[in-house]
Amino acid sequence: MSGILVITEQSGGVWHKMSFETLAAGQQLGRELGLPVRACVFGKSTPSADLAAYQLDAVIAVEHDLLEQYTADGVTAALAGLVKDLQPDYVLLPHTYQVRDFGPKLATRFERVLLSDVIAFKVDGQSVAFERQLFQGKLNASYASAAGAPVFVSLQAGAYRAETLVAGSAPVETRNPLLEASQIRQKPEAPFRESARAVDLSAAELIVAVGRGIKEEGNVPLVQELAEALGAELAASRPICDSGWLPMERQVGSSGQTVAPKVYLAVGISGAIQHLVGMKGSKCIVAINKDAAAPIFEVADYGIVGDLFEVVPALTEAVKKARS
Amino acid sequence: MKILVALKQVPARDSQLKVDAAALWLDESDLSFEINEPDAYALEAALQLKEQHGGEVVVLCAGPERATSAIREALAKGADRAIHIEDDSLGAYDTLSLARLLSKAASAEQPDLILTGLQSDDLGSGQTGVVMAEVMGLPHATIIMAVEVDGASLRVKRELENGWFQHVAMPLPAVLTIQSGINKLRYATLMGIKKAKTKEVKHLTAADLGVAPAATVRLQSVYQPQRVKQTQMIEGNPAQQAATLVEKLKFEVRAL
Repeated sequence: MSGILVITEQSGGVWHKMSFETLAAGQQLGRELGLPVRACVFGKSTPSADLAAYQLDAVIAVEHDLLEQYTADGVTAALAGLVKDLQPDYVLLPHTYQVRDFGPKLATRFERVLLSDVIAFKVDGQSVAFERQLFQGKLNASYASAAGAPVFVSLQAGAYRAETLVAGSAPVETRNPLLEASQIRQKPEAPFRESARAVDLSAAELIVAVGRGIKEEGNVPLVQELAEALGAELAASRPICDSGWLPMERQVGSSGQTVAPKVYLAVGISGAIQHLVGMKGSKCIVAINKDAAAPIFEVADYGIVGDLFEVVPALTEAVKKARS
Repeated sequence: MKILVALKQVPARDSQLKVDAAALWLDESDLSFEINEPDAYALEAALQLKEQHGGEVVVLCAGPERATSAIREALAKGADRAIHIEDDSLGAYDTLSLARLLSKAASAEQPDLILTGLQSDDLGSGQTGVVMAEVMGLPHATIIMAVEVDGASLRVKRELENGWFQHVAMPLPAVLTIQSGINKLRYATLMGIKKAKTKEVKHLTAADLGVAPAATVRLQSVYQPQRVKQTQMIEGNPAQQAATLVEKLKFEVRAL
């Protein structure tokens, strides 16, 4: 057998939304290469019927009691068996935190490197170039497989759109892999949240977010003043929260909150992909950064290249004046 | 307890990056280099574990001669000794063959724990630790925010998405990839810098380790990303820029 195998992610019947983006990527790659597309979902029991509503050659539900809770060892063993059986040309995965945990391990079983965090693929005849970012998004790179099937690829959030999925009807096949508890070395406990979130950034109309460009904790009030003048919520990129300059609950990005305000004003934020995935749904993005090549300018509607220590106080004054 | 920290030297974060003439990597001539930030957090986690449990911290770094400065910095911060796989041909190694190279050197040390950053700031593949674990037959966990060691077992706090966390236990030896922000990075003291000069750095080559380069994936080109949005750049001095932006927010975006 050959073709494309799309591995999806769900937990307790709740889908990870990137599953459908990856499925859309799989359909597109299948059309362009003329290859059949199969989707796989794994768990103790699975919502496989949801996948069967799309145009796919097959849906494979990999079910086992030991897959009830995610473990890198269990999932790798189960999926390695499936990949061995199906011998797909391409294995597509969503670039989730879970895939980051087991994807490289799975690829290594087949002596392959996972092409991770791919933002686009370009098909030329039967060859495929995979684009991914380098240097936190400052540069892009194009990669090709040099070892043949199976090619393992994980796709970045938002790279392909779930809305482009073609509906259809696919047969569902259930497989029960051979797994034993002794194979699984990780013992996971129940997931938890640190504390109830006091700040819900997702509901904010205006957000002023601060990044590494602020340099020191003592400078944070400069941006806070701008947020207050605008009546905006103050947010931050990961390094600011890592340093303890603002609480974790104000972090925007893949490990923090996802926001979609009317205006997102990014101050001294370079725009690494982990941050962009949390805020690129904002209706209007304004970026202030001294580096004209910062990736944040690729998604910004308005850009100011300049020293934030000069621009931000001037902006605070201008906002106050406009408001008075 | 013997802890191995795999660290990488990468271009400094605020570097102006220029693609080289062949469009296959960077023009490195004007670049300054530093320890990959997530790896610095891994080193700090290792030093703290040593402070709690005793033992030693060994730095493992593959890189050209210039990586010596990253190794010295790690030793100055408190690592006990280092292994430098010094080779100018490491660019020919893909993630898998590089992880094999590191694993070969790591296996000889028989560490109780291997720590590394969750990803590098340059390639950003986020795989070296996981692949080393698989190559060495060790359990692993990624994106770690806390590490507790109790005898022969380990309990870690993993970061999940959207503010969720999870504790996971596993036996030692194991491999962990460490998330930035797990701890506060220490600075090297003057005494530490002095002491570092006397610490052992073992030099190995890829040939010593018997691992050949392989490229199951091939980097075809490196290029500047294309803008996806038409950004209106606001020119002028700061006061003019501020005034123009306020106008736009008021009348075009209608957000003020």
